[in-house]
Amino acid sequence: MIEVEGLRLSYGGREVLHGISFDVRRHEILGIIGPAQSGKSSLLGCLNRTIDFVPGARVSGAIRLDGEDVRRMRDVHSLRRRIGMVAPLPVGLPLSIYDNVAFAPRASGLRNRAALDELVERCLRQAALWDEVKDRLGSLGTALSGGQQQRLTIARALSHQPEVLCLDEFSIAIDPVTTMRIEDVLRELRREVTIVLVTNLVQQARRLTDRTLFLWNGEIVELDTTDAIFSESPRERRTFEYVRGIFG
Amino acid sequence: MARFARSAHVARKERSEALARGLFFVMSITMIVPLVAIVGYLIFKAAPSLSWEFLVDIPRRGMREGGIWPAFVGTLYLVGLSLAVATPIGVLAAIYLHEYAKDNWFNRVINLAVINLAGVPSIVHALFGLGAFVYAARFGYSVLAAALTLAIMTLPVIIASTREALASVPMAFRVACWNVGASRWQTIRSVVLPNSISGILTGVILQVSRAAGETAPIMFTGAVFFKAVRRGDLFPYGLDDQCMALSMHLYTVSTQVPNVQESIPYATAVVLLGSVLAVNATAIALRVWLRNRKRW
Repeated sequence: MIEVEGLRLSYGGREVLHGISFDVRRHEILGIIGPAQSGKSSLLGCLNRTIDFVPGARVSGAIRLDGEDVRRMRDVHSLRRRIGMVAPLPVGLPLSIYDNVAFAPRASGLRNRAALDELVERCLRQAALWDEVKDRLGSLGTALSGGQQQRLTIARALSHQPEVLCLDEFSIAIDPVTTMRIEDVLRELRREVTIVLVTNLVQQARRLTDRTLFLWNGEIVELDTTDAIFSESPRERRTFEYVRGIFG
Repeated sequence: MARFARSAHVARKERSEALARGLFFVMSITMIVPLVAIVGYLIFKAAPSLSWEFLVDIPRRGMREGGIWPAFVGTLYLVGLSLAVATPIGVLAAIYLHEYAKDNWFNRVINLAVINLAGVPSIVHALFGLGAFVYAARFGYSVLAAALTLAIMTLPVIIASTREALASVPMAFRVACWNVGASRWQTIRSVVLPNSISGILTGVILQVSRAAGETAPIMFTGAVFFKAVRRGDLFPYGLDDQCMALSMHLYTVSTQVPNVQESIPYATAVVLLGSVLAVNATAIALRVWLRNRKRW
């Protein structure tokens, strides 16, 4: 589904990704683990080309989405609609709950009220938020609690019907109960979308993912099935030590 | 020794806290006193002339009696026209500079130019207006030339304040919009502008007081000592006419005309100050109203 080949990324001369190659398979959950500053978030930025907004960022190598080179795509807006992105800190846009979810469909030209209503309800249901907000869709998205806002962000990321959903440390600012609810949501979603889950919590990767990629200092240490990564004998000694918290 | 007795360190901390608080309080009082004193003194001195008649009547007997209507309307014309020109240019330019422009040498030069233009003394703007609008563009000494000169003067400040207002909208909102495939303009229109409009408007309205108060730029380009106008006439000037203005009129009656009734310059100052304060009060009210509609 996604093939990354020899991807290099540097910020003004400082290289943060040193030519990495991997693939993401359709309908899997791929976990990306690794310590802070290892290039995980930058990698996601390359996927949907929001890296273009970072001054001084230089990308080389190839990223292919269904065989099409992401870096050569003329229409970045439709590329970004194909990739849902959830940031570490929940961002409710300063709009109503309804408008938060309807934002992306409207931006791509959907105006039909009934179709919008249906889409908003479906996305909020998928994000396990519908029951809590169905009576106050007109109130502000920013007034929700942190955990609710993060689910709102997920609903918004689903609203443009992406093929891939990328989550960047989604649980960093929310409580354990909400985290578990969202993890359930992700298990449900994997039937429909491919998920790339960047996380600092190795146990979260263990619970959720099919395969796990261990990224360290801009290089892939190991990419294998999650069972293998968390087994007693992964191929790399460093993987064994990292997932057990011996270094990192 | 009691367990919760104040140690010497805590006592010292409390003393310095009280001292700091007292100092800041005295300073803020010091700031208010001259303001109240100036306004009070002006109104006291102006009292004999202050009336509705003074506002709507024309100057009589060589400005020694009568009112200030032509100057009042002239100031409205100059300020209104200059903001009508400067606001769209300034706000749109600021949106480009803050939301679209990449951080390269060309845009850094533009930014530097804006900041420096904001610091140019008004008398220099006056000279520029004289050369550019009065002579080069052949507008002559006119409302148009004077308003354009004021517009050039207020433009860089409007750009700067608009940029500030745009910068106060968190970057995370923009990134969230871009992530779902919205274009920059869709992002600006639906998220950035609704949340920065109060700051933008405040910046613009504060320029009203600056434009209304300046004397040099209009004196060089289109304001005159006296212009015959009918009493209470709302449309006395065309774009190519010369006009009177409050700041200029204040200068005239204070220094150029002998034996003016003492209260007339003071009353002129009160009208100028009052109009500016009224506009600022509108700005504050607008800001509060828009702020309450702000959503985060």
